[in-house]
Amino acid sequence: MSTTTAKNAKNARYGMVIDLDRCNGCGACMVACAVENNVPPAQAKATARTGITWMRVENVANGASFPEHRTAFIPIMCQQCGEETPCVSVCPQQAVEVDPKTGIVDQMPQRCLGCRYCMAACPYHARYFNWWDPEWPAGMEKALNPEVAPRMRGVVEKCNFCHGRYHAAKAKAAAAGRRDIDPADYQPACVEACPTRAIVFGDLDDRSSQAAQLAKSPDAFRLLPKLGTEPKIYYLTRRPWVREIASASSPAEVRRG
Amino acid sequence: MKHSGKISFFAGFAVMLAVGWAGFPRLLYRGTPQPLSFSHKVHTGEKAGMKCEDCHVLRASGSFGGVPALESCAGCHAAPMTGTAPEKRLIDNYVTPNREIPWLIYSRQPDNVYFSHANHIRLAKLACKQCHGDHGDTDTLRPYQEDRVSGYSKDIWGSSISRISFGRGRRDGMRMDDCVSCHREHKVSDSCLACHK
Ligand code: SF4
Ligand code: SF4
Repeated sequence: MSTTTAKNAKNARYGMVIDLDRCNGCGACMVACAVENNVPPAQAKATARTGITWMRVENVANGASFPEHRTAFIPIMCQQCGEETPCVSVCPQQAVEVDPKTGIVDQMPQRCLGCRYCMAACPYHARYFNWWDPEWPAGMEKALNPEVAPRMRGVVEKCNFCHGRYHAAKAKAAAAGRRDIDPADYQPACVEACPTRAIVFGDLDDRSSQAAQLAKSPDAFRLLPKLGTEPKIYYLTRRPWVREIASASSPAEVRRG
Repeated sequence: MKHSGKISFFAGFAVMLAVGWAGFPRLLYRGTPQPLSFSHKVHTGEKAGMKCEDCHVLRASGSFGGVPALESCAGCHAAPMTGTAPEKRLIDNYVTPNREIPWLIYSRQPDNVYFSHANHIRLAKLACKQCHGDHGDTDTLRPYQEDRVSGYSKDIWGSSISRISFGRGRRDGMRMDDCVSCHREHKVSDSCLACHK
């Protein structure tokens, strides 16, 4: 046992807390995510479902008319389900797994056969299918991130908390002879890009991390908690109507007015 | 005539073995010579006394330099040091026109493979030899051999087509199975994204 621990960094359970009262819907996270993860520009014929947006910002409104009208934005990506992870249980290819060392739900596009069963299983619509081979405008392929492999037509992909950045943080620690990464070295692209600092990322098992503390706030909640998927993405809001909409199980549950 | 059946069976068997073990690899791989002849031995030997990491640098960021860029060579060979023919070619064809040497990388992995030299050198404390064999002591660069079907370097599969290595003192091959078996043996991460990107 002792050698096992000595050879491994301590396990983490990475998660995010997104403050919906800070998010102003600018979409910088969506752009940063696509650039970081080599998601190509959408084809002209792509729709919201056939395009690829590992991170997407949804717009909701309280339904009242002026001057009571209010809107809110909800950034949604893979919720990194910690229990009964739906996409993992359905995949016939074992192309999805929960990494016990990081808690990150790993997607292996190279193993995926494209059946899209996981997309049907994911309660959060966080998975995207490559309907077309990736294409970058001439010259833009020079700006691809070498730490992330591009995907091909016919496979599924989704947010993996910018895994390339996790690799980089690990390698930097290793170069200094350390096994545990410096949390400051591992921050996903969306977290970095958000101008209002609405997203806080960290190890939910590390009590000193800001993410772990915010996740315990009474204003924190998760999406579709009744499914028991134990997502590692938390949302924060102090506005009751936003919380009501965001934590509803179906649109029908939301009272408008 | 009693044994002729057996004899022709074993003769045929021997021929097929020879074809499979000696002929097939020749058919499967396409060899390309390296652009320049280079002796690791001269550089790591007593006179020059260099270490692997003097040219194949591991940066503080944890990224690995791989095969050195021309400036590493030009640092010493801006002007002739030894006057040998390969050195003259290096200077005339690459250093003077400031053109990178198009080395063929024996251990190039597919695009979706992530490998950190930092983790393996600094934490696992593996010697370069363990994966790269005695490359650092060789006097010439062997031709780069590419699988005609997959396009991968022969070093990925391993030098022996049967994958039986006779006491080379290293793991033969750099396939996913080779990585995974060592990771499992040492109880370190074997999740997909540990080694894929
Ligand atoms: S949110 Fe969807 S893709 Fe992400 S872990 Fe849960 S089921 Fe899988
Ligand atoms: S689409 Fe790919 S990842 Fe999803 S269930 Fe099918 S094989 Fe698995």
